[in-house]
Amino acid sequence: MATQTQSQFNASLKKYYSFYTGGFIAFIIIVAILEQMGVPNKILGYIFLAATVLLYAGIGVMSRTADVSEYYVAGRRVPALFNGMATGADWMSAASFIGMAGTLYLSGYDGLAFVLGWTGGYCLVALLLAPYLRKFGQFTIPDFLGARYGGNIPRSIGVFAAIMCSFTYVIAQIYGVGLITSRFTGLEFGIGVFVGLGGILVCSFLGGMRAVTWTQVAQYIILIIAYLIPVIWLSVKHTGIPVPQLAYGYVLEKVTAREQVLNDPATPEGAREAEVRAIFKQRQEASEAKLKALETGGATYLAEEKGKLVQAAADLKAKPNADPKAIEAADKAVTDFPADAAAAKAAWKKAADGAKAKAGPIASHAEPFAGKDDEARNKKRKNFLALVLCLMVGTAALPHILMRYYTTPSVREARKSVFWSLFFIFLLYFTAPALAVLAKFDVYTLLVGSNFADLPAWVNAWATVDKTLMSITDMNKDGIVQLAEITIGGDLIVLATPEIAGLPYVITGLVAAGGLAAALSTADGLLLTIANALSHDVYYKMIDPHAPTTRRLSISKGLLLVVAVFAAYITSLKPGDILFLVGAAFSLAASAFFPALALGVFWKRANKMGAILGMAGGLGTCMYYMYMTYPFFGVNAPLWWDINPISGGIFGMSVGFTGVIVGSLLTAAPEKSIQELVDHVRYPNLEGDIKTEAA
Amino acid sequence: MQLTEKHKQYWQKNLRLTGILLAIWFVATFVIGWFARDLQSITILGFPFPFYMGAQGSLIIYVVIIWYYAHSMNKLDREYGVHEGDD
Repeated sequence: MATQTQSQFNASLKKYYSFYTGGFIAFIIIVAILEQMGVPNKILGYIFLAATVLLYAGIGVMSRTADVSEYYVAGRRVPALFNGMATGADWMSAASFIGMAGTLYLSGYDGLAFVLGWTGGYCLVALLLAPYLRKFGQFTIPDFLGARYGGNIPRSIGVFAAIMCSFTYVIAQIYGVGLITSRFTGLEFGIGVFVGLGGILVCSFLGGMRAVTWTQVAQYIILIIAYLIPVIWLSVKHTGIPVPQLAYGYVLEKVTAREQVLNDPATPEGAREAEVRAIFKQRQEASEAKLKALETGGATYLAEEKGKLVQAAADLKAKPNADPKAIEAADKAVTDFPADAAAAKAAWKKAADGAKAKAGPIASHAEPFAGKDDEARNKKRKNFLALVLCLMVGTAALPHILMRYYTTPSVREARKSVFWSLFFIFLLYFTAPALAVLAKFDVYTLLVGSNFADLPAWVNAWATVDKTLMSITDMNKDGIVQLAEITIGGDLIVLATPEIAGLPYVITGLVAAGGLAAALSTADGLLLTIANALSHDVYYKMIDPHAPTTRRLSISKGLLLVVAVFAAYITSLKPGDILFLVGAAFSLAASAFFPALALGVFWKRANKMGAILGMAGGLGTCMYYMYMTYPFFGVNAPLWWDINPISGGIFGMSVGFTGVIVGSLLTAAPEKSIQELVDHVRYPNLEGDIKTEAA
Repeated sequence: MQLTEKHKQYWQKNLRLTGILLAIWFVATFVIGWFARDLQSITILGFPFPFYMGAQGSLIIYVVIIWYYAHSMNKLDREYGVHEGDD
């Protein structure tokens, strides 16, 4: 392939991937035919997952390489369009694919912070970083920090921050892999994690960035097909128009009208909703009363309550003709009773909060920052904008994304490539809000008001699989479904859309394959970033700069394996909340990298001391804030200006910028060679220029 | 390596373009977000205006900003003779 010119290479890539897309569609059709012939769903699920993972492994094997430049930056010849697709897959994680539409379903306008943040950040990438990093043209982001600021300290902080945020993020991805594999194959979660990991490793282990790039392009194609088909179908079902993004405005109007009916106790349906809400209100008050009694009575109260339950169970058993089901329920109440005061407090608090959420009126989908008074609304607005900013700046600072712009053939292609990246990401992100509204319309009009005796098949199917995703109980015993009686978990929206739209199981399998593609592709990019930071930046640049190529690559591959297994191990312990992990990674990256990277290009005066202060201070501030305020760590210090822990990057970034500016101004301007480096990255081509590109 | 007057002009033009596009980005994101509740009564294609912008409009603006930047910078490179060789 070495003799090929760039345009021939480009043309053959287009041919390969067109064949591939055609082949994939043919594969879907074959599976659809198998389904019609009566092959059971579980087998279809296996076929989908096995076929796609084998496909990725195949591309990995075909792209294996022992060349440093191929391994780290795919030989720097990935055309803009394909780098755009690869970045899209690298970017869109399990959280985007499965979680986003669900978040929008549950939180309406306020959920759009993720849509805005995860797309608008590319403006910063395009305008402030990508072309300059490409001109610099080495292998990793710490490479740039090391060269621009000089010395090992900025590079080391960069390595630490890159590992910190990539590792947080990769855990969320592997978690997604485990979830999908276990749900669609019936394997246990822990085993699912390691099976998925096998798929990730074959790919990145053999061919590094080169294999990851070409696999990611393939994964992008699968994930976008999988995302769009069910939504288009659902749109045709409800509007008759196959372009959901255009059609759903009018569906949103209907949803809003429906919200008003259901919130108005004067209408018959509204009255029934109010009845159910009153039941939840009672439960909330009961749980709150228990919490209060626990506070005053402590362990004594807990023992008394438990005693009552034990007594009730014993009384029931003493009766000669007691209903065995009632006895079972009474026994269960005893075994489920919280063991100590802390557990009781947590359980009852959860029950009170859950009931409280159901006791209030339905939040309007299209209304921004809904709240009971101006103070609550302003607090929401502040957090919305802070989150958008953190996600955007984090986008422009996550090393696994920035690294992708090292792989294009030129600065010109890097600029175009950011455009393609955002375009391909946009395709999914402007569909997600449409999916949320269409699904909501379906639930509000078809499910609400139907009889419990004949619920749609998908409701029963998902309610038996996972209670946290779908549960429905006839609270007021009227035999009719009220909205407040339905509990939907966010992830359900994407996973169940094919069934809601009345599509065959093959599409459900396709969606699972798409979710897996999203999680695997992001995990690939992240693991590679971590392994490269360790092998390239720490080992090659800091420990042994004379290491031969073969040793560098074998160390890189070895580390990849170690990091992957370690990440899978941590994931199998199921730490924390996925969305928080993802958000935390963005805040951390924004605080640590963005000020030093952007000022490094745009402000010649920025120097080593500034970078050290800014990066360490920014990262430190952000970590400190999250540690102090995120409930998981148990400190629960008061919030600063009501900003939620997920947006801690706001403070980190401010400290980061201040640190770079103050630190630089207090110490001498950088030497001439560094200033020349800045000029070098600013101009795509200069006569008599220095050379920084690493082959 | 000495930068000529022309080079400095190129960088100034780049800074101006970057600044203008960032200002548009800022308005499309934060100004509309800040005033979201006040703009609620405007309707577009059935959507309340702020919802439309958050779900679609601002995203389209972002895509256009990046396209326009790539397009005009690639042109500017040639104008100022700092473009890369063709490959």
